[in-house]
Amino acid sequence: MSTAASGTGQRTAPDEARNRTFGALYSRNARAVISRGLMATRSTNWLVMVSGFFEPVLFLVSMGVGLGAIVGDVQGPDGTPISYAAYIAPALLAVSAMNGAVYDSTWNVFFKMNFAKLYQGMLYTSLGPLDVALGEIFLALLRGMLYATGFTAVMGALGLITTAWALLMIPASVLIAFGFASLGMGITSFLKTFQQMDWINFILLPMFLFSATFYPLSVYPGPIQWLIQAMPLWHGVELLRQISVGSFTAATPLHIGYYLAMTAVGMLLTTLRLRSLFLK
Amino acid sequence: MRRVHNEAILPSGTRSGSPPSRPAVITAEDLTKTYGDVAAVDGISFTVMAGESFGLLGPNGAGKSTTMKMIGGVTRRTSGRLSTMGLDPDTHGPEVRAHLGVVPQQDNLDEELRVRDNLLVYGRYFGLAMSYLKPKADELLEFAQLTDKARAKVDALSGGMKRRLTIARSLINEPRILLLDEPTTGLDPQARHILWDRLFRLKEQGVTLILTTHYMDEAEQLCDRLIVVDKGRIMAEGSPAQLIREHSTREVVELRFGSERNATIGSRLSGIGERLEVLPDRVLLYADDGESALEEATSRGLRPLTSLVRRSSLEDVFLRLTGRSLVD
Amino acid sequence: MTDARAVPSAHPPEASAARARRWGAFYYAEQVLRVMKGYTWSILMYSVGQPVAYLFAMGVGLASLVDTGSVAFGGVSYLAFIAPALLVSAAVMTAANEFTFPVMAGFKWRRTYFGPHASPLTPGQIAAGHIMAVTLRLLLQSAIYFAAVALFGASPSGWGWAGVFAATLAGLAFGLPLMAYSASITEDKGQFALVMRFIVMPLFLFSGTFFPLDNLPLAVRWIGWISPIWHGTELGRVLSFGYGEPPLLTALHVAVLCGLAVLGWNLTRRRFARRMGQ
Repeated sequence: MSTAASGTGQRTAPDEARNRTFGALYSRNARAVISRGLMATRSTNWLVMVSGFFEPVLFLVSMGVGLGAIVGDVQGPDGTPISYAAYIAPALLAVSAMNGAVYDSTWNVFFKMNFAKLYQGMLYTSLGPLDVALGEIFLALLRGMLYATGFTAVMGALGLITTAWALLMIPASVLIAFGFASLGMGITSFLKTFQQMDWINFILLPMFLFSATFYPLSVYPGPIQWLIQAMPLWHGVELLRQISVGSFTAATPLHIGYYLAMTAVGMLLTTLRLRSLFLK
Repeated sequence: MRRVHNEAILPSGTRSGSPPSRPAVITAEDLTKTYGDVAAVDGISFTVMAGESFGLLGPNGAGKSTTMKMIGGVTRRTSGRLSTMGLDPDTHGPEVRAHLGVVPQQDNLDEELRVRDNLLVYGRYFGLAMSYLKPKADELLEFAQLTDKARAKVDALSGGMKRRLTIARSLINEPRILLLDEPTTGLDPQARHILWDRLFRLKEQGVTLILTTHYMDEAEQLCDRLIVVDKGRIMAEGSPAQLIREHSTREVVELRFGSERNATIGSRLSGIGERLEVLPDRVLLYADDGESALEEATSRGLRPLTSLVRRSSLEDVFLRLTGRSLVD
Repeated sequence: MTDARAVPSAHPPEASAARARRWGAFYYAEQVLRVMKGYTWSILMYSVGQPVAYLFAMGVGLASLVDTGSVAFGGVSYLAFIAPALLVSAAVMTAANEFTFPVMAGFKWRRTYFGPHASPLTPGQIAAGHIMAVTLRLLLQSAIYFAAVALFGASPSGWGWAGVFAATLAGLAFGLPLMAYSASITEDKGQFALVMRFIVMPLFLFSGTFFPLDNLPLAVRWIGWISPIWHGTELGRVLSFGYGEPPLLTALHVAVLCGLAVLGWNLTRRRFARRMGQ
């Protein structure tokens, strides 16, 4: 009988799990999920992986060169004029971080859950849903970091980087991705059909177009400015734009704080919803 | 190879006898289909009469599905002659398929439409009017026991329900010939029996059934006549009872002596019954009188761990004709 | 089955075959449209929301940075300059979606093409039906888009509405060769993601959409010349505000678009027949 074991003070593995925080959700083994993900990338089409990096680069070349010739210089975050390409590059990086993180935490998770049935297999082992969620988010961030590094290198090659501060765009875009990925996964737990998944695009597209990506916020009347400032992408665009020229203001910690809060809320929501997300 | 072409079809079990002179609905002569160098169907000939239930039995990759596709004209034959309802499927595909109902091996229902809409849309492919299709769809849903699922999405159905819906869909144009490619593969026993019952009813209404299967019990249940196909060729043809008579004995005795001893004891059984087969897990004695064969074995001082006397089945015929090794 | 029953019986197989030979493509188009009906809201939201968002962001917001009315934009406002391009790009992107994933679903994921293939319909009719349904969607979406453009006052000429057909044609010119490719894919290795990122996106960004093609260095300008989006956009600009270009070039736009669409349709028919006949 197992009572003998617990009577002598020895603790069995299930006991330990029971006493752990989030015992039912988390077995401290997100590593297993991560290594599975890395193994899977070996068999995926590497061109598809690489292609994700090209999208912001294409935008940068097209808009920065083609449109830049017409627009000329614009006012940079510190008030000095910069080229149009240098103006939109950090914004495109923020958009790319958002798109990648949202894709990985919504479509990717939705597909693996409802079609590939990958998570069901994982949850028949000793893994808990939080292991799966953390593993997936980590993989998304890893990919985001690689893309951000590549994009920053392209900016350097095009002569758009003028200060060493710009290297901080890489960790900053990982933070942006973390915010979107954790919130995205929480939201995915509420969605059930492909039609509902489409709604995500209806939110992303206006955010991409209106968050001071291609032109300054001052174009809009006051109330619309406030609305955009409440949205996450604008904070990401502003943060990266400030970092790209190494010019920081009192708003900088506010932008960072926004993403820290967003990550915290997202992780809380995801944890609360994990059962319905994975164990339905 | 023996052909039992026009021999009278013997009723077996509960099936009703078949009137002798009915028109042929499908005739195939030396039918061949090659993909590159591989012959999927290698010169087979058969005739299916109106109202009969005809089976193609064979292991995976035997050429059953390819034959079915050629009958409907969705795959062109490489050579040979083929006529469905007096028409050449290769040149008159639409005319031939207008006569047919087809239940494919894999369900290809439109999962984005509701259950009843699947029937309506499919009926439209035959140019049928909505005034006909609406009551017909309801009747078929009743027939397939899916009436209360009429407004459900297809992806919410169980495997058995999807299969019944596919069969209902194949009946929307009131076909006189129904092609069923492995109709019950992957279904649970309840679902299989419901399907068999529905197919019996169609047969009673005079619909010609042509089905492929690798379930022996299904072939015995449903087919008046069948061909055993292997590697694109016909290995045998006849009614289930005939095939059992010709390629097996009336009864089979299964003896188990334990995995180690089956082989050594096999030699001591020789001479009992008509044929002996030693398998790794058991020894099979083929005899017309199983009980006396078993008695003779025990009289030779052999004490099997278990013994079973059973009637010979199509499975015995099938394994005899197509071998026991794995096909793929 | 001669027993009396409540429902009328089906017309004879001969009638089915005759009707299917004549109207088969329409029967399949009906099926595709019924499936689309399940996505009505998504399609409407997309058709209305996307143009409004793009016209506002680019035509009003971005316009504040560019020199409106300059020679580079053919003498019209920046909004009027990009409106035909956005109209065409939206049609091409919709076509890129409708002629990839649903085709793969038809052959592989859901095998929806094989249901009608067992009926009297021929593979060519199934392809044609799919194309007809998508064409209808492109027309509807472009008409809504154009209505938005007109409300923004971004279509000065009286011929602007004809841009709806230019956009639909551009969608088919890009979509039909892509459909032939989709029909040839037997294994999903993420090809569509590559098509979107390495073909659709560059075509969108380097087709003189947001600025005249001449602003780009020669090294990438050729992308525009082979791009259905560029040909459609230039055609749309001629119709919308009388963009100054030689009439011969305008005729070339039409010829290229029609040529690509016809070529794509033929390839698609052949692919469908071969794939289904296996």
